[in-house]
Amino acid sequence: MTDISSGNAVLLEEEEKTSLEAREFGFWIYLMTDAVIFALLFATYAVLANNSAAGPTSNDVFELSHTALETALLLLSSLTFGFATIAMTLGRSGRVVFWLIVTLLLGVCFLAMEFVEFQGMLEKGAGPEVSGFLSAFFTLVGTHGLHVAFGALGICVMIGQVLIKGLTLPVRSRLVRLGLFWHFLDIVWIGIFSVVYLPGVM
Amino acid sequence: MLGRLTVEALPFYSWVAMGGAFVTVAGGVAVFLLITYLRAWKVLWTDWLTSVDHKKIGIMYVILALVMLVRGFVDALMMRAQQAIALNSEGYLPPEHFEQIFSSHGTIMIFFVAMPFLTGLINIIVPQQIGARDVAFPFLNSVSLWMTATGAALVLVSLVIGKFSQAGWTGYPPYSGIEYSPGVGVDYWLWALIVSGVGSTLSGINFIVTIVKNRCPGMTFMRMPMFTWTTLCISILIAFAFPALTVVAAQLTLDRTLGFHFFTNGDGGNMMMYANLLWIWGHPEVYILILPAFGIFSEVVATFSRKRLFGYPSLVYATACIALLSFTVWLHHFFTMGSSANVNAVFGIATMIIAVPTGVKIFDWLFTMFRGRIEFHPSMVFTIGFMVTFVIGGVTGVLLALPPADYLMHNSTFLVAHFHNMLIPGALFGYFAGLNYWFPKAFGFKLDRKWGIRSFWFWLIGFYLAFMPLYVLGFMGMSRRMEHYADPNWQPYLVVAALGAICVLIGIACIAIQLVVSARNWGSSRDITGDPWNGRTLEWATSSPPAPYNFAIIPDVSDIDAFHEMKIRGTAYAPPVRYQDIVMPKSTPLGPILGALAFGLGFAFVWYIWWLVALCFVLSLVCVGIRACDDNSEFVLPAAEVAKIESARLAQISPADLHDMRDFVPLGEASGEALPGRGM
Repeated sequence: MTDISSGNAVLLEEEEKTSLEAREFGFWIYLMTDAVIFALLFATYAVLANNSAAGPTSNDVFELSHTALETALLLLSSLTFGFATIAMTLGRSGRVVFWLIVTLLLGVCFLAMEFVEFQGMLEKGAGPEVSGFLSAFFTLVGTHGLHVAFGALGICVMIGQVLIKGLTLPVRSRLVRLGLFWHFLDIVWIGIFSVVYLPGVM
Repeated sequence: MLGRLTVEALPFYSWVAMGGAFVTVAGGVAVFLLITYLRAWKVLWTDWLTSVDHKKIGIMYVILALVMLVRGFVDALMMRAQQAIALNSEGYLPPEHFEQIFSSHGTIMIFFVAMPFLTGLINIIVPQQIGARDVAFPFLNSVSLWMTATGAALVLVSLVIGKFSQAGWTGYPPYSGIEYSPGVGVDYWLWALIVSGVGSTLSGINFIVTIVKNRCPGMTFMRMPMFTWTTLCISILIAFAFPALTVVAAQLTLDRTLGFHFFTNGDGGNMMMYANLLWIWGHPEVYILILPAFGIFSEVVATFSRKRLFGYPSLVYATACIALLSFTVWLHHFFTMGSSANVNAVFGIATMIIAVPTGVKIFDWLFTMFRGRIEFHPSMVFTIGFMVTFVIGGVTGVLLALPPADYLMHNSTFLVAHFHNMLIPGALFGYFAGLNYWFPKAFGFKLDRKWGIRSFWFWLIGFYLAFMPLYVLGFMGMSRRMEHYADPNWQPYLVVAALGAICVLIGIACIAIQLVVSARNWGSSRDITGDPWNGRTLEWATSSPPAPYNFAIIPDVSDIDAFHEMKIRGTAYAPPVRYQDIVMPKSTPLGPILGALAFGLGFAFVWYIWWLVALCFVLSLVCVGIRACDDNSEFVLPAAEVAKIESARLAQISPADLHDMRDFVPLGEASGEALPGRGM
């Protein structure tokens, strides 16, 4: 067993390509398992949405303008991540970092708004321990928020990797996977917007 | 500082509980001392615990399963003993202790015996069956192992510190809610499930990608061995079903820990939602346990009947059918919930339909045996025992699938007898068959035959003695999980069932003796060729135990029975023209470290030690982050090294060791030649 010498570099790179391909496929399947988690949280919410147990109902706690702004931020962040991906395919690492930072900022703003919303609800006495409806709401939206937070952490790590390593093959592959994750969260949010917030205020 | 953990958590309240705690601690200490005495810590850490080699990970899984099998079986023995004597008396177990025992028995047998056993066998064999050098994600594989081990550790620790759940292995609310189960038991149960469930999900993803992406050239989907097929199907089931377990366990945890109202009685909770969510995972889980065993039976029956598997495509389609249907029947676990007659009827019919593809499989195996040259190897004997016994369980299952009948037998010992009748022959016998069949592949020597056969007979007879009386008792009206009872007519049956459990105990002892005897005689039962049973599939093409890279040259296959065909063509042991460098994954300590952190996280959550929760969580994130930045996780094994290993292996094999394949050479039309007398 020897360490990696120059002769092996070609072999390693070839192996790396196939293994990165497998990772991307595996990541799709991971997203599918995550989609099942969200599907069941949606189902739970659908079952419990009207069980407000004499506590606040969805009409009392949702504010469509606030949510609309959140939605705009998140959708925009998906777009900016798309720009980062385009910059990556062009091989311009400076731009990648720029767009990733923009995405990160949008994501953090989204999280801050969600935090304000949750804080406001808790102050109004509409916490998750009040009713089945609010338990389901906080779990579904909170799980999504947690995912966004992990995604933001991932963006931080990837900004560092692009700056230090440049756009190497593994870094590109990780960026692609992080992008999938980020866009996936966008889709879930659209589900939340149309299953939780819209019917809630209609 | 320590949340609700105080000295009262230690089991000084009952002698039986203290005994259990003592055995657990003594076992741990004994293992620790043994490893220290053998000075094996370094080897254990560098060669095993941090290894990402799928074969070693598989072996560790199976060891975990066998250890937990003993623990789960002790629970069973204690229950049988209690019920045998508890007519109009308290027996020797107080009710709250009896409840812990039946809860831990179910939890352990499903999550920490069956799951690791099948995952272990899959790990050892599937990459070899598809001609691959490793799984798609070796590091993830190590994480899966350590998550499963962590779950098992949480269950074991609950024996010493605190108590285990009293809410049964399914943990239905409201009883499992904080109001009726305020202690730590249900939390232990939940965290064991969550942590090991994450491990299983990762395994599922890993094996889907492995099987889809890593097959060797020529191995189309319809040339994959049956065990690989069943693995693919259950991996998909795992990826779809285990998230449901994660969700339902997380929701119950939120209910218990933070006062949410998912399943509470009142305040807008809906406890029947728990039953639905749990069984959306739970029914596919049954097939996750059974289908790999079906795969093993398929391999065993073809090898030891010396015939090609009968109806291979029908077996593949039947497996896929079962996998699909398994998502359509979850409601039959709670017909008595009170859905409308039509809903119950739909789920009842869907349940009965599953019997059809299962029946197809039984016939395929029977026809494989028909006119075969059957060899009664222990794994073949387990297979035959399975076929006879499993059919009985299937029939009682169809009976239970009728909603009106289910209303009568629901929650009775009839049900207990039914699912043990599915899982003991259907899953466990399969794993035992796999153990006997693939042991030489993993360790390089064969298991003792005589003790294998003995273990089979004790298991089979013990099974019938233990569970046939429970069918009768179910008809007599006995509910499951009774700590004591007042009907003297029941006692004789319960005594017979207890005798059955003792029989099974002897069966387990036989397996232990088999392992010891085989290890002692390993020199005379060595498997030099790597193909001890004249096998048909690719895992027998590697050496026993296989080299770290399995295949020096990736094979190119053109048949379902790839290795069988190679042997007939005489290409099976031919050395290649030249060897190549091989890229291998590096070992990493991150797997066991993440396992330890998950244990800390679960334990801290159970006892409300919030600073430890936060610490373990942050450290886990750091570990994942480190791994996400690691570009240097592989090394190259040079061709010269490979050539050395391979030529040493080939030099050991003498022509006399090889199987005589002349009998198997196709004749007449099958060989592509015209039959005599039918010429032009």
